[in-house]
Order: sequence, then C-alpha cells, then structure tokens
Amino acid sequence: MSKPSDLVQGTLDMLILKILALEPMNGWAISQRLKQVSSDVLGVSDGSLYPALYRLERRGWIRAEWKKSENNRRARFYSLTRLGRKQLERETAHWNRVSAAISGIVNLEGA
Amino acid sequence: MDLEEWFYSLPIRLRSFFRPNQVDQEMKGELREHLERQIAENIASGMSPHEARRSAMLSLGGITQIEQRCRDARGATLLQDLVQDLRYGFRQLCRSPGFSALAIVCLALGIGANTAVFGWLEGILFRPYPAVSHQERLLALSGIARGETDGTALSWPDFLDVRRNCTLCEDAFVSKITGSTLSIGDHAEVATGSIVSANYFDAIGVHPVLGRGFEPGEDVGSASHPVVVISYQLWRNRFKGDPEIVGKTQTLNNVPHTIIGVTPDGFYGTFVGWAMQFWVPASMEETFESEGYKLEDRGARWIESYVRLKPGASRVQAQQEVSALAARLENDYPATNRGRGIKLWPLWQTPFNNAHTLLPTLEVMVAVVAFVLLIACANVGNLLLVRSFVRRHEMSVRLAIGASRVRLVKQLLTEGFILAMLGTAAGFLMAYWCRHALVLLLPARSGVSMYLPGEMDGRVMALGAGICLIVTLIVGLVPAFQTRHLDVAGPLKAESSVVVGVRSKAWVRSGLVIFQVSLSFVLLVGAALLLESLHKIRNTSPGFSTTTVVTTHVSLVAGGYDAPRARIFQDELLDRLNRLPGIESAAFAAVTPLGYATFPSTPIAIDDYQPSPDEQPSVEYNQISPGYFSTLAIPLVSGREFTRTDDENAPLVAIVNRTMVARYWGSQDPVGSRLQVKGQWARVVGVAADTKYQSMREAAKPFFYVPLRQDFVRGPALNIRTQQPLQSLSAAVLREVHALDRNLALYEMITLQEQVNRSTSPQLVAVTLVSILGSLALLLAGVGLYGVLSYAVAQSTRELGLRMALGASSAKLLRLVISRGLRLTAAGVFFGTVAALALMKFLGKLLYNVSPHDPRVFGSALAIMVITTVSACLLPAWRASRTDPARVLRN
Repeated sequence: MSKPSDLVQGTLDMLILKILALEPMNGWAISQRLKQVSSDVLGVSDGSLYPALYRLERRGWIRAEWKKSENNRRARFYSLTRLGRKQLERETAHWNRVSAAISGIVNLEGA
Repeated sequence: MDLEEWFYSLPIRLRSFFRPNQVDQEMKGELREHLERQIAENIASGMSPHEARRSAMLSLGGITQIEQRCRDARGATLLQDLVQDLRYGFRQLCRSPGFSALAIVCLALGIGANTAVFGWLEGILFRPYPAVSHQERLLALSGIARGETDGTALSWPDFLDVRRNCTLCEDAFVSKITGSTLSIGDHAEVATGSIVSANYFDAIGVHPVLGRGFEPGEDVGSASHPVVVISYQLWRNRFKGDPEIVGKTQTLNNVPHTIIGVTPDGFYGTFVGWAMQFWVPASMEETFESEGYKLEDRGARWIESYVRLKPGASRVQAQQEVSALAARLENDYPATNRGRGIKLWPLWQTPFNNAHTLLPTLEVMVAVVAFVLLIACANVGNLLLVRSFVRRHEMSVRLAIGASRVRLVKQLLTEGFILAMLGTAAGFLMAYWCRHALVLLLPARSGVSMYLPGEMDGRVMALGAGICLIVTLIVGLVPAFQTRHLDVAGPLKAESSVVVGVRSKAWVRSGLVIFQVSLSFVLLVGAALLLESLHKIRNTSPGFSTTTVVTTHVSLVAGGYDAPRARIFQDELLDRLNRLPGIESAAFAAVTPLGYATFPSTPIAIDDYQPSPDEQPSVEYNQISPGYFSTLAIPLVSGREFTRTDDENAPLVAIVNRTMVARYWGSQDPVGSRLQVKGQWARVVGVAADTKYQSMREAAKPFFYVPLRQDFVRGPALNIRTQQPLQSLSAAVLREVHALDRNLALYEMITLQEQVNRSTSPQLVAVTLVSILGSLALLLAGVGLYGVLSYAVAQSTRELGLRMALGASSAKLLRLVISRGLRLTAAGVFFGTVAALALMKFLGKLLYNVSPHDPRVFGSALAIMVITTVSACLLPAWRASRTDPARVLRN
C-alpha cells in the first residue's frame, strides 16, 4: 500500500471535491476518473480513496445517497454539499496561490 | 470543526451512532462492489480470474485495513471500541476473580464511606427537613449577644419585627421545640412537638393531608387558640388512622386541644435530630413553657426561628438588613435589647438543634473518609500494578500485532472504570444501608423519636459519581503509566523477564504502601485523640455529683397547677422525700445543668461596678429551691445557702459563682452587696463554686442563683441525692407524688451522669465513627503491606533459595522479610507523624483537655501500627523461611 506524500494527500481531498463538483458519482467512478485525470501520476491508490470519501462525508463537505448505477446496481452516489462547494473554492484559491509561488521559485532556480 | 460542519455532519454521525451495523454493512458493500468491478475489468483486459482477483485486492491494499481506515475516518469506532473494551475488560476481571473481588471490596468501602458521610451531610445539615420546600433558601434566625459567637434564643416581639421589616425575606417562621404529656385513653406518654407561628405550614409549603394548618391570628393572644396539628405517625400509631380525627379533642398538658389537621407522611417537622409529633400555635405557649405569657415581653428570649430568603437575595445582604434592624431595636428598647444582635445562619450552622452538635463531628468525618478513599485507591493501585506486570506479556503482544498505545491506555482505563463502577454501586448500596445508622450511636431518650436520616439525593449521587470518575482515572492510569515503558520486543523475547521488570518498579509499590501506612497512622492518631477526649470528658467532674444524683420532672404544668398550688405541692413533696430512707436530700431547680433546656439570662447591675457605655452585662441564672447545693454537692465558698424563709415575702437574695465574683467584684467579698436582677435589687448572700452549666466543653462563666420561690416556675426539675438504684427510687418517688395527687405523673428519671453522657454524645459519635473508619484504614493498609511482601517473596523465591543453600537459617529469612516490612512501616509512620502533627489541630472542637500533639496518644497509635504491620508480615515471612532450596534450585 503506497502512501501518497503529504502534498498529494492534502490535494486528494481537493481533487475529489473537484470531480464531484461536475456531477454526483459513485466510488468506482470516482476512482476511474481520478486515474483518468491524473494520468496515474499522482498514484492515488483506491485504498486511500474510500477513507477520504468517509472523511469528507463526516466533515459535511459531501453527501452520499443510494441510487441505481449505470450497470443497474444500487450504489452510493456522492455529491457536493453547499459547504463542500465553499471548501473547494477556498482550496482552489489556496492551491493557485501556493502553486504559483512554488513554480515561480522553481523556475527561478532552474534559470 | 466549526459549527456549520458540525451541523452538516450531524445526520451521518447520528446514523453511525444509532445504526452502527447498517452503516458498516453499507461500507463493506461499497468496497465489495468496487472490488468486483475491478475484477471484472481486470478479466476484461485479459487476466485469469485468479490473477484478476489478486491484482484487484492488491490495488485496494488489504480489505480489512481499508475497512478499519474507513471506520476511523467516519469517527464511528469510538463507541465500538468502548463496547469491545467493556466486554474485554469484564472478561479480564472474571479471569482473576480474587483480584477483582478484593479491588471492588476496597473501592466499595472507600466510596461507600464517602457516600454515607455525604448522605448524612445532606440529610442532617444541608437539606435536613424532608418535604419542606426550597430549603436552599432557608436560614436559621437567632439572637446573639455582643462579643459572643453562639446564637441565643429570640423574643417573640423581636421576631415579629424581623418578619415585618426584612424586605429580602420571603417569610419568617417560628419553630420552637417543646414537650407534652399526651394521654390517649388510659395510656400516657411523653411526646415531642413544636410551638410555631401561625404561618408555619404555609411558609414551609407543607399542607396537611387531613384538615387544615393554622390560620393567621391563631398565634395571637394568651392561651386563646387551643388547636393542634398532629403528625402522620402519631395519627397512624396512636389514633389508629381515625379518618374522623379532625375536630376531635386531645388533652395536651391538661388543656383540651382541638385536632385541626394531620401532616403528610414523610414530614418530620423542622428540628434536626428529632421527629416532631405535634404542632401548636404560639398563642398556646404558656401551656408548654414554664415562664408564663411571653408574647409581649421583649426580654423573654425563648424562640427558635427561620427565614426564607427571596430568590436571588444573599445571606450577607439579608444580614445587613437584619443587623440594621437589631441596631434600631437596641436604640428603641435599651432595657431589653442593649448589646443584643440578630443573626442569620446557613442551615448547616443552625445554632439550636442537633445540627449544631453534630457539625464538628461531620466536618471531621469528611476528611476521614477522604483518607479512607485514598487508602483504598492506593490498595487497588497496588493490586493493579501487580497485575500490570503479569500482563506485560499480553500488552506487548497486542502492541506487536498493531494496537496503538492510545488504544491500550483506553483499554486499561476501561478496566479501571469497570472496577470503579462496580465499587461505586456496592458503595452506594452500603451508604443506603447506613443512612439511618447515626441514630444508633446516639443515646435514646424517652418520648423522643430520633430522626437523623442520610439523604441519597441527586447531589449526593453526583458527588459519588464524581468520586467514581476520579477513582477510574487513578486506578486506570497506574497501569497505563506502566505501558509507557513497554518494549514490544523485550517480553516477547524472554517469557521470564517479568521478575526483572518487577524489581525496577518495586519502589512504586513500596511508595504506595508507605502512603497507606502514613494515612492510616493519621487516622489512628485521630481516633486515639478522640477516644482520650471522650474518656476525659466523661470522667471530668462537672463541678457537681453525677453518679449519686438523679433528676426527673413532675408533670405539674401538664397537671394544670397554678403557681400557688405548685408552691404548696413542691414544699410538701420535698418534705416527704427528705423523710424517705435512702434519700439524702432533694431539691428543685428550674433547669438541670447539661440538659437541652437553656438557662434564662437577665441584664444585671452591681452597686460598685461601672459598665462601659455600650456594655450591658447580662448573666445566666437558675432558680433553685433550698438544699440544691447540698443535693448536687456544689461547694459554697462563702455565705449561706437559700432557706425556706427566702420566700416571696422576704427580701430578694441571690448566690453568685466564683467567676462572676472575679469579673464584677474583683477581690472583694460580694456577700452583703447588691445585685440588680430583672430590674429589682437583690442581696448577695453566698458564693458558690463554678460548675459546668450548659456543656462540658464550656469555659468558666459568670452565673448566679435565685430562690425558686422568688422567681417562680411551675415545672422545675427535681434533683435527688441517693445511693438507691433508679428503678426502686423511681417507684418510691412516684408513690410520694401520688400520695399528694393521683393525677400527676413522673417523667423519665436519669442520673446526672446519664445527663452528662447525653450531652457528650456528639463526642461519642465522633469516636465511634472515627474508630470504625480508622480500623478499616488499618485493615486496608495491612492488606496492602501483606500484598507487597507476599509478592516480593513469591518473586524472589530463587534468591531466597540461594541464600538458604548458602547457609542462611530460616530464622534469618524470617527476619529479612519482617525487617523489610518494618522499614516500610517506619517510613510510613514518619510521614504520618508529620501529617498528624499538622492536621490534628483541626479536630479542635471535638477535643477536650487533650493536646493534639499528646505524645502518649502518638505512642499508642505507633504500637497499634507496629502490631498490625508485623502481623501483616508474618505470613509472607513464614513462607520465605519455608523456602525449599533444593526445589528452587532444581527449577
């Protein structure tokens, strides 16, 4: 079980929120989407996904409901709450600020 | 987590809490679903089914761990862990029943003693009056003489002024204890009741179950409202629950009273210690009190009263108001009120009932039971330490297979909690059984039904629960502390390394034993000091004969005698008694010393004594018949005793005591000088030696006597000097009384020594309780010491065997173990002595003529301690001396 680095761990929450901001999804779909968008670079294991989902649910950022999935089986569908949307905005802003600063530094040293 | 998050996540947390299984199933289902889809996808991409499953499992990373991480993330594990810990804890405790039973018994004793004492505090001092509403706002109201600390009685007019003028008081009411003969049919008995103000039942919020309470105005006038409210018990027992009781007539002290009501069951009146049986309005006071009509006399101080504060008002504010009023009264009525204040007391300091007498004892008991609890905790701590060594292996295994340290500590705390819970439950049960035990320690009196209940109400239970919590922490944290040093690998490598572990921690256990020995030594010293005081107080002469003098009352007031008839009767009875063989002398006195009745006091003036401007000398006195001093064997220092000729027609005379002479006449002989009593001048004809008057513990105080004939009371106490046993004497006296009047009765006859014993019963209570708890503490300390030594011996069998093999005799091994026990005792006694020297002064009021640092007392406490510890050492020492070297070495 590979443990993602701290940066990625903190980012995992943001990624999930971002993915769910587009449309409600079940756990499987989220894991597929994560692999897709991050092109396996971030190496988010499925093992980390589910605890993260429960953590986010407990914090009131996402909400789970039982619905029919695309293959006609009942599954837990996660969607963003109002609180989660606010959190996503906060985190995105924060991320943009930090990554801009970091890439500035990295580029400076690279030059 | 901020409030909004908390609110948003509330549903899921509630669901996790109430439907843990369903939530868990859903979570597992979701993971299974994921796994299946991953397998399906893997198969679709060309893997074999077996490989597909393996790869899917790998990518998820251990299904059980994920499940646990999900539970953790959900925060649902808290409760599940708790349930698991509880179940596991119970199993652990059942596995070593001896240990568990011992620990629970120790805790039950500690917690039970505490709860019982809290219950008594609540039932006797803080909420003493069952069924009375809003006791938290009740205050006792009394008079107080300037410069004094004890409360005195209040006069009726002063009380009325307080009731009218105290704006912060919701209500004020009188409740003055009194007695009466109660004849129903041909059966006469003494009963205890209260003289109350008419607002009494409304003020305390008690409403009669039958009939009515008193009406406004029924406490006005002289003998104008002969009505009585009776208690439920009296109605049930003496009137057989007669439903038609209201309106019937009952004779009390020879005056027919109409029964107007019956109080509810569970109401015992407002006098700590005694259950009241009837209530009469203040207007009937003359029928029960001996000094005539007092409702308009500001100088007659006889009532005991209470106020209830308005909600939100404080005692300090109300006291300011009442003090201002007292100052006004002093100004308006200097003849009666100069130097007199009025004071409000919290109920637990009530100056005029058994709350007052039991307060010092109960205060000390709080400290004593805290000590017992600490000793019990130390014992249980010790037991748990032993077990934690035994369980090192188990703990290490659990750490090794992935339990977190936090989880282990939680587990140990849970076990402590189970022990504390069971101990608390048993303790509560014990306290509940003991709640009426105080009554057993107090001497019985005829006509009085003692009522000293412990009250197990919410506040007491809350305190008990608080103790339980503290005990849990102490008892659970001791072994938890040990896990700090737990090394995962160590004990797993070598099973037998337990012994080494014990050695390094032996000082903790020895420390606990020293702690126990010190605490129980303090209690021993306390018990010994109290015992010594009781012995002294009961063997100190109060200044008069006690064993050869008996006292009783003739029911003259109850018999309806007026003053002239009573005078004739008293003289004739004394003449008859003095003629009886076996009676050396007999005399009447208004008040018997050391009884519950208080002496009257009066402002005085003396010819050559100039009081300072704000001083109004006021001295207590007694009205006595001729022969009183010789009957009680009180020596006369100079002058003469009263004679028959000092009657109502003769010039007024008085006899003063030595302390009064010293204060007001100095070195002069007062005989022949004048003393003003109640505004009239009397001549001093004699000086008597000092005696104890109200209490064995009082300091010498000024006191004087006047002839009964010149200041008459109808119902004085009869004192008889005799060598005869009580039984035959009582019969003989009753014969003489009946020869004069067949309708009169004789009250309980007791020796003055019994009177002394009754007046010192609080000391007896203190001695008994402290002795019981002291022995308990000693026993617990002994068990603790025994435990430590037995364990040490069991663990060092190899060493002992070696010593023996190398030539040590068994006597030497015996000495070795005992000397170790004595070393621990010595250390404990050292700390105990230091603590006792500092603490014993707090026994203060309970000590009598004993220094709190009395070396003899410390010596005897030491002797008891040593005997106990040596006996605790004997068995382990004997076991050590029986070590078989051959067997030990073979193993």
